[in-house]
Amino acid sequence: MVSIILFALLAVLGIGFFTWNILKVRQNILFGRDVNRSDNKAERWRVMMLVALGQKKMFTRPIPAILHLFIYVAFVITQIELIEIFVDGLSGHHRIFRESLGGFYTFIISFIETLSVLALVATVIFLTRRNILHIARFKKIEMKGFPTRDANTILVMEIILVTCIFTMNGADEALYLQGASHASEASGSFGFLFSSWLGQSVFSGFDAETLHTLERIGWWGHIFMVFAFLNYLPYSKHFHILLAFPNTYYSNLEKKGKFTNMASVTAEVQLMLDPNADPYAAPPVDAEPQRFGAKDVTDLTWKNLLDAYTCTECGRCTAACPANQTGKLLSPRKIMMDTRDRLMEYGDNYRKHGKDYQDGKSLIGDYIKEEEVWACTSCNACVQECPVNIDPLAIIVDLRRYLVMEESKMPVELTGMLTNIENNGAPWQFSPADRLNWKDEN
Amino acid sequence: MENRLNVPTMAEMMAKGETPDILFWVGCSGSFDDRAKKITKAVVKILNACNVKFAVLGTEESCNGDPAKRAGNEFTFQMQAMMNIQVLNGYEVKRIVTACPHCFNTLKNEYPELGGNYEVIHHTQLIQDLINTGKLGLEGGGTFKGKKITFHDPCYLGRGNDIYEAPRFLVEKLDAELVEMKRCKTNGLCCGAGGAQMFKEAEPGNKEVNVERTEDALETQATIIATGCPFCNTMMTDGVKNFNKEGEIQVLDVAELIATAADL
Repeated sequence: MVSIILFALLAVLGIGFFTWNILKVRQNILFGRDVNRSDNKAERWRVMMLVALGQKKMFTRPIPAILHLFIYVAFVITQIELIEIFVDGLSGHHRIFRESLGGFYTFIISFIETLSVLALVATVIFLTRRNILHIARFKKIEMKGFPTRDANTILVMEIILVTCIFTMNGADEALYLQGASHASEASGSFGFLFSSWLGQSVFSGFDAETLHTLERIGWWGHIFMVFAFLNYLPYSKHFHILLAFPNTYYSNLEKKGKFTNMASVTAEVQLMLDPNADPYAAPPVDAEPQRFGAKDVTDLTWKNLLDAYTCTECGRCTAACPANQTGKLLSPRKIMMDTRDRLMEYGDNYRKHGKDYQDGKSLIGDYIKEEEVWACTSCNACVQECPVNIDPLAIIVDLRRYLVMEESKMPVELTGMLTNIENNGAPWQFSPADRLNWKDEN
Repeated sequence: MENRLNVPTMAEMMAKGETPDILFWVGCSGSFDDRAKKITKAVVKILNACNVKFAVLGTEESCNGDPAKRAGNEFTFQMQAMMNIQVLNGYEVKRIVTACPHCFNTLKNEYPELGGNYEVIHHTQLIQDLINTGKLGLEGGGTFKGKKITFHDPCYLGRGNDIYEAPRFLVEKLDAELVEMKRCKTNGLCCGAGGAQMFKEAEPGNKEVNVERTEDALETQATIIATGCPFCNTMMTDGVKNFNKEGEIQVLDVAELIATAADL
């Protein structure tokens, strides 16, 4: 009875705290400006199925893709086992589905065990790769400190989780062999692929009491790690395991070369070009003056902000970025990390001090330097690379728009280029009257 | 030049009561940059040889606004766009071909919402079509037979608009050996000019992007670097000069390759 209450308490706390955090994240994301991504539902489902569920873009690098797939599939399939853990935990039963499912139960658990072993192998390789091999994208400046620890924490948690599963099943197998398992009156073997071997070898020397303790440690450890993992997600780069799905669903379905046309600017330009427009016409009463471009996270769209939370800091964007590869300050991954960090700070301030509180900070300047923004060639390599369809370029462009249109801050050569376009319709200083001269030149 | 180029303007066409099948949008680079003008002429030679009924806007053309937009000045972009759209719609233009992926992308993707709806194609797509329909033969070929040619994907043609095959189709038509760089198609590395970088100094770093990209091209041992963008052309040409290889390696637009191969 005590354990049922404990379990219920753990479940309520675990799920409750997670829900509270999710609501905060949702609120933060909705601080962003609106953008319509409700069109074309069939195509959106297709993209989500291919890119998130099917991991299509991961497979441009097959080896990490397969290792990642092991962990991913193990994660998804292990959720089936969680159903039993929940029912057992709340009812006081032990392996409640074993009798009714029979051979299918053996198959499911063996399948989970196989995936767990594969996930363990992948996790160890990933830990080695991150900490022993020298892979440039894991060593960039934005990865210093928490981001690197965060990545390792997740991998270590994964190892603990798998260890718990095998401790639980292995000890239970040994108990069953002794005829002391709570799953059955009889004695015998569960026949699970890996733990039947563990039960006969690693766990065979222990007495029933120790084995019961070990089995419980495994069981409680497993479910505790699941809740710990769940609640660590909103604080971690690892949030992508959930957000990859909505993020790919709300992908930009347009050609990558197409930048948004700012509707607020269209209205102004039409006013300038329309001889019949009334320049003194009062703006609509509810019209809130909107900043051109983005100075802070609230000037970005909710999709930009969802992108930021979805980023798992793999750094493929940065590795593909021509500016980063040639030693410039720009790193698309850092753009996403800065956006997320600033958004969390903004959201916390909002909830603590209210809507009108200003901390005097902004995304551009305090987090992202102008130099980063101006190093971008808008080549879309980062957008192409991202395995979960994040668009760092959209944020970079909106930051430029703010710098240019609100602050008139830009590299001096660009001022000249813009003046040329405005005065003579070309980015260079040539007369428009000479535009067809090439025809008669040799 | 033996044959004078036949380059009618929209205004001349209209005065004669004629309508061209397609508008050739020359672009600022193609109009003013000495190197890019050669690409423009190569395109015109092909159009003339195939008797394509085309016209240019001439002095009525203006910057499409791409560098302004990419530099963050949406006002200047939309001013340019709307003025161009007025001109294009005034001439009831339906189809546009351009030899610049930046003009191509902007006209094709960003003008429709502002009232400019046209079928826009890149010159490599048009030339592919002319070859496929038998209007352009490459019998005079052999110039590039067996030569190693690598194609540098312009970002706004490739990743920006998913066009990878048309330029490669043309290179293969030359009977040349198309060799790919280690980073090509969706993985292609930028030349360094996009996003208004063409018009400014690069930010501090340890290398120029065009040098990094030229290294990819040199690795292929190709003697010709083909491009489909006047800005990529400039960047790759500078990159080749950086390695003092301008005597051995040529940087040419696909249109120039085709025009040469077809003896135009």
